[in-house]
Amino acid sequence: MSIDTPAKVIPAARKITTKPRVSDQIFRAIVTTFSFSALLILSLIAIFLLSKGFATLKAQGLGFITNFEWSVVVDDGGVETAHFGLQAMLIGTVVISFIALFIAVPLSVFTALFLTFYAPERIKKLLVTLIDLMAAFPSILYGLWGFFVLMPMAEYWAKLLHKWLGWIYIFDVPDAIYSRSPFIAGIVLSVMIIPIITSVSREVFSQTPLDRVQAAYALGATKWGMIRAVVLPFGAGGVVGGSMLGLGRAFGETVAVFSVLNIVFRTNFQILFTQGGNVASMIIQKWGEAGPSEVSALMAAGLVLFILTLMVNFLANAVVTRTVKSGR
Amino acid sequence: MSTSTVQKMRPWAASPKDRALTTLSVLLSVLTSVVIVAATPMKGKLAYFALFFLSWFVIDSLFVVRKQGAKGVRDGLAAKITLFGAVIVSMAVFSILFATISKGLKGINFAFLSQNMHNASLFDPIGKGGILHAILGTLMLIAFAIIFSVPMGILTALYLTEIKGKAAGLIQFLVQAMSGVPSVVAGLFIYAAIILNTPLRSSAFLGGLALTILMVPTVTRTAQEVLNLVPQDLREAGLAMGATQWKTVALVVVPAARSGLITATILGVARIAGETAPLLFTVGVFDSYNFNPFKGDQGTIPTVVWRGLLGGTPESVQRAWSAILVLLVVVLVMFVLARAFGSKSPKK
Repeated sequence: MSIDTPAKVIPAARKITTKPRVSDQIFRAIVTTFSFSALLILSLIAIFLLSKGFATLKAQGLGFITNFEWSVVVDDGGVETAHFGLQAMLIGTVVISFIALFIAVPLSVFTALFLTFYAPERIKKLLVTLIDLMAAFPSILYGLWGFFVLMPMAEYWAKLLHKWLGWIYIFDVPDAIYSRSPFIAGIVLSVMIIPIITSVSREVFSQTPLDRVQAAYALGATKWGMIRAVVLPFGAGGVVGGSMLGLGRAFGETVAVFSVLNIVFRTNFQILFTQGGNVASMIIQKWGEAGPSEVSALMAAGLVLFILTLMVNFLANAVVTRTVKSGR
Repeated sequence: MSTSTVQKMRPWAASPKDRALTTLSVLLSVLTSVVIVAATPMKGKLAYFALFFLSWFVIDSLFVVRKQGAKGVRDGLAAKITLFGAVIVSMAVFSILFATISKGLKGINFAFLSQNMHNASLFDPIGKGGILHAILGTLMLIAFAIIFSVPMGILTALYLTEIKGKAAGLIQFLVQAMSGVPSVVAGLFIYAAIILNTPLRSSAFLGGLALTILMVPTVTRTAQEVLNLVPQDLREAGLAMGATQWKTVALVVVPAARSGLITATILGVARIAGETAPLLFTVGVFDSYNFNPFKGDQGTIPTVVWRGLLGGTPESVQRAWSAILVLLVVVLVMFVLARAFGSKSPKK
């Protein structure tokens, strides 16, 4: 009895190649092309705003940043004299953004700590949902709420501040008018940036290495002792980064600030008084009746705002990414 | 043989005595704050609020200090301050929600949702004219924004998660930077690039382009997170079966992440639905239906709110509150949808 041994069929060696198929090459090409859309859009924004605002930047020079007069005068001969200076608005932007940070950072850090270490599970879920929702509220809603609900209350707070701290220059007012002040705009902005700072801080706090937390407890630390010794040093970078993300948002906020702020072209550090400014809302205010030369000036103002927010955001993201990724 | 049952012990949990002490201290501090407000010229909610936390801290510290000393006092202070922060933040959210709903509901009726403002002015009594044209206009804008930004966002996310090319770091950086572009700059850019340079004038199409700039980063970042959650095994299995990368992505990775990608889209829409500033440059305002998305101004909900707010009369302000309530309901519904889809997406 013999078994027929089947003829051995050896397939020809398959050609192994690392070169992607044609379909893959097309796929990769398309995806890669689209992924550069972010670069394309950002550079187009810079190019177009610069080209339209160039006339103003050339005419005003450095004065565009350092002067605080904004006027277009056409005399009888039809000759136009224009003065465009952003100083008052730039300082106003910084002032209200820092008021916002001053209020929002402590509240956000407290809320993030509460959510991460103190809150019972059910309350935590509810609050996290609420804060996420808050981030999705349209800015015009903040404007409406700020004007009709917050302003009456905030005017009262402003009066109290003036009564007790009026001897400090920034809390003094030339006239007793407290509505539509940088202080109120700052409060509205702080409510808008709280969700950003809270969620970034919460993310960083929750990544605190568990072994360090447990080590602190094992050494007899109270909860606050543990937070101070472990969580805060670990999460400090994230809090700073999150605050800067919030600052970026505050710099660029338009309609909410416009609704609650009396925009006046004067450098004003008296935060309770009813005059202030913000580059973004100034653009909206001047847009309606702007002639060609003023449109150019507003484009230049947009460019300044764009560069400002871009720089703050670059910095903020660098800080956040380094803290979250490295885990220190 | 005797069996011993293990009793569940939780020595760290609050004992009945602790709870009684907490309740007592809260009650005492409520009492103290009421008494102080009544006895001194201080008045108002602010005074109650501040005094309650102050007296709660003092009274609770008195309870704690005997047993735990200064350390316990500091611990209690930290617990109260964090609670204090969370309470203030949630008061702000509830105040916004409550104001919108209570003020907005007064102006909502059938006419408000089914008519346009063609034959009515902002200052007419409520019941005459509505915002249907604005709802349609906003839907048009959202449709354009989705058409442009979803392919852009998802393809960018695919580049970052699937191809991981040399430029991935740079792209990631730029997308994050783009999420910080102020909305007013997006509007100015479309105005400078298109309205000043081409015969195209303000229309829903241009508004959609401006909103795309704001929506792409949100879609990209969320889509990237979701695609990162798709297990690496699935990709390897696809490749091991002999599929090309293109087939693996199209038939395995994207379907696995589908609900998450829908979430990304919805979150992006929620981000842009209420944007006002860019619309003032690119869409304009209009009081009636305009079914041509490429030509002519368009009414939108945010601009209705904007004009109502600037109008200043009780009727126009009422219209603003009612319109923002409609917008808020839209955002809320999207938010719930995003959560529902999001909970279905693959877990690690």
